[in-house]
Amino acid sequence: MSPTRSISSLDWRGAGGAGGKLVLRRAFVLDPRAGIEGTYDVVIAGGEIAALADPGSADGPGEVIEAEGKQVFPAFFDPHVHLRVPGDEDEEDVETGTRAAAAGGYCGVLAMANTTPPVDTAADILALRERASDEASVPAGFLGTVTRGLEGGELTEMADLRDAGAVGFSDDGLPIANSRLMRRALQYQHLVGANIALHEEDHDLSRPAGAHAPHLGGVMHEGVVSAALGLAGVPSVAESTMIARDAALAAYEDARIHVQHLSARESVDAVAAAKEAGVRITCEATPHHLVLTDEEVRSLDSRFKMNPPLRSEDDRQALIEALRSGVIDCVATDHAPHAAEEKEVPFEEAAMGVTGLETAFAVLHSELVLPGVLDLGVLVERMSAGAAPFEFEQPSLSPGSEASVVLFDPDAEWEAGADGWESRSDNSCFAGRRLRGRVLMTVVAGQVVYRQRSFAMGVA
Amino acid sequence: MRHLLAIGDLERGDIERIMERAEGFAEVGRRDIKKVPTLRGRTIVNLFYESSTRTSSSFELAAKRLSADVVSVKSTGSSVDKGESLKDTIATLGAYGPEAIVIRSPHAGAADLVARWSDAAVVNAGDGKHEHPSQALLDVYTLLRRLGSLEGKRIWIVGDVLHSRVARSNVLAFRMMGAEVTVCGPPTLIPRDVEAALGCRVSFELDGLEGADVVYVLRMQRERMRESFVPSIREYAANYQIDSRRLSPRQLLMHPGPVNRGVELSGEALDGPNSLVTEQVESGLVVRMAILYELLTGGRPRADERSGDPDVTDPTPIREPA
Repeated sequence: MSPTRSISSLDWRGAGGAGGKLVLRRAFVLDPRAGIEGTYDVVIAGGEIAALADPGSADGPGEVIEAEGKQVFPAFFDPHVHLRVPGDEDEEDVETGTRAAAAGGYCGVLAMANTTPPVDTAADILALRERASDEASVPAGFLGTVTRGLEGGELTEMADLRDAGAVGFSDDGLPIANSRLMRRALQYQHLVGANIALHEEDHDLSRPAGAHAPHLGGVMHEGVVSAALGLAGVPSVAESTMIARDAALAAYEDARIHVQHLSARESVDAVAAAKEAGVRITCEATPHHLVLTDEEVRSLDSRFKMNPPLRSEDDRQALIEALRSGVIDCVATDHAPHAAEEKEVPFEEAAMGVTGLETAFAVLHSELVLPGVLDLGVLVERMSAGAAPFEFEQPSLSPGSEASVVLFDPDAEWEAGADGWESRSDNSCFAGRRLRGRVLMTVVAGQVVYRQRSFAMGVA
Repeated sequence: MRHLLAIGDLERGDIERIMERAEGFAEVGRRDIKKVPTLRGRTIVNLFYESSTRTSSSFELAAKRLSADVVSVKSTGSSVDKGESLKDTIATLGAYGPEAIVIRSPHAGAADLVARWSDAAVVNAGDGKHEHPSQALLDVYTLLRRLGSLEGKRIWIVGDVLHSRVARSNVLAFRMMGAEVTVCGPPTLIPRDVEAALGCRVSFELDGLEGADVVYVLRMQRERMRESFVPSIREYAANYQIDSRRLSPRQLLMHPGPVNRGVELSGEALDGPNSLVTEQVESGLVVRMAILYELLTGGRPRADERSGDPDVTDPTPIREPA
């Protein structure tokens, strides 16, 4: 594995800066990875956590925020977002997507390569990095595709892409159907080094009418609800069998893989078995798969259409348990903005995907932590653990660490989307939901990249 | 009832009310002038995104017999072919101020969207493989006329249940009226978890069919062979075709049409004494009249019309010219 580097070394507007002095007084500070839990004055200076001082002891100069009753965590990291650049800037771009990330408490995101056209050359990566250094509110990394043009036929120039700064590889949105090509990519990883993120879906199983009618592909989880609605289903095994294949190939080639957006109990079992066998495999789950089920689809509301689909309650429980146990390494949003006209159509016609950056932590806090299903510390750890599979240092609150923190109000109640979105798109499956807990401020490498509006006014 | 979107939205009382009303309209069809002024001055749009003979003609004629103004839009040759979205089409047609929109779409939930985007009462005339509620209501009507009641009756629905909106609506409607329903077909064409989803029994063989009071046969499309759902149409027919040897004289035979003779149903069974297929088409007209009446008058005369023109909502014939 390549040596790790700091998240802030990715391209963003604040690169090289350090920000002023900032004190978060009497905050509840929680960083389970660093073994930190308690009430402190968090002193940020020179871009670092300067000190965790006794409550009430730290003072200016610089900005001082009374944070009693508020919480401070390591800022989050999302290894799976879609910034829609190039090609679909009407849905999102680097500026709006990273603003949404900042609003969600993120100090870094990794953008997928299935754009229009796909990111499959070094020149594409260089162009995106330039945009990020001009426009990105938080550090943004870019993956290249595994196969040229996302066509699944030939490998991209992965070494060249890596040299240009690609942080990993993925054909996300599509599986790598061809086993030989998958194996070659894993072999080649020994030269290139970067991780390969996999969208696991066997199209022969997820498109029930086969190549004869690819437009009849499954649009939701196959189960009781799909049977009632007459919608073509995507069986859980379409995902889990591909995970099993790729885990076996990774083991055989001594390569490593990162499995994206787990959705099914069978997939959890496949990853758990691979980890048990020593395969170098990591994986992620999304807030929507952890909170919602296919029952939502009964409304035929296209906001609940994504790939992989929302599955059964049993699957959801398996994901939660796996997140708790660590079989699932991290939370990723799969933030997937879509234009209104792509969603304001019948369910089967609608584009797959939902936005998620701005609601991720608040949703999981409201739906899993507050009801006592998931420990707060576990969630906080999983929210930034997605940095590790891509060789980034995980944010830490230990004094001396780069200061990337989120200030969170666990008691704030708000309605998702009521004040609009930072994202250019509004296809959130949580829009209109009452949430408890809200990100007030996000700091990246000592620089304040986001202040929640009402909080900012209260402070001023 | 504001819309007819899915059988799942109805209660038994709704179905019974529509059945009674349809019975009233059946009498209209036996007159010389088969028309009542009930919906005079109302506009009904028929919007068909799929080819359809019997459903579109049935709705059109039902509207005309109720004296409504009808606009029928088919997907071919319309702005739909030019890439206009459903939402834009509804906005355009909405400019005519239709009181009702009847929509057939290849996509589940299309009728629900129209109901959200329009002020009109919406009738789902088939949305993808989801539901076809007017078919289920006309089938219930057809059976009630023969059997009096569906309470405790055993109904087998045979064929490609996976791709059938008729199966989904009919299982729900038959069960709501008290029948026990079995769906039967090849394992590849029965949806996983259908028992839990619809509350029916499942059989992969025709054994036991002799216990059925009603055999409801679904259309088997030839594409299913290319999609490898069945190895061949010949093998399908060998295992699942209903012919007269399978039927006893007391069993009733139904099919939503159009029939593939010699595939799911033999010609002699279709034309034989068990068959209710022609009655189903007749029922379709009066049931669709009853549906439009229910949605556009709330099942009763509107207050503004009661005072001004007592004749308007009364299903009595237009008087023949003297």
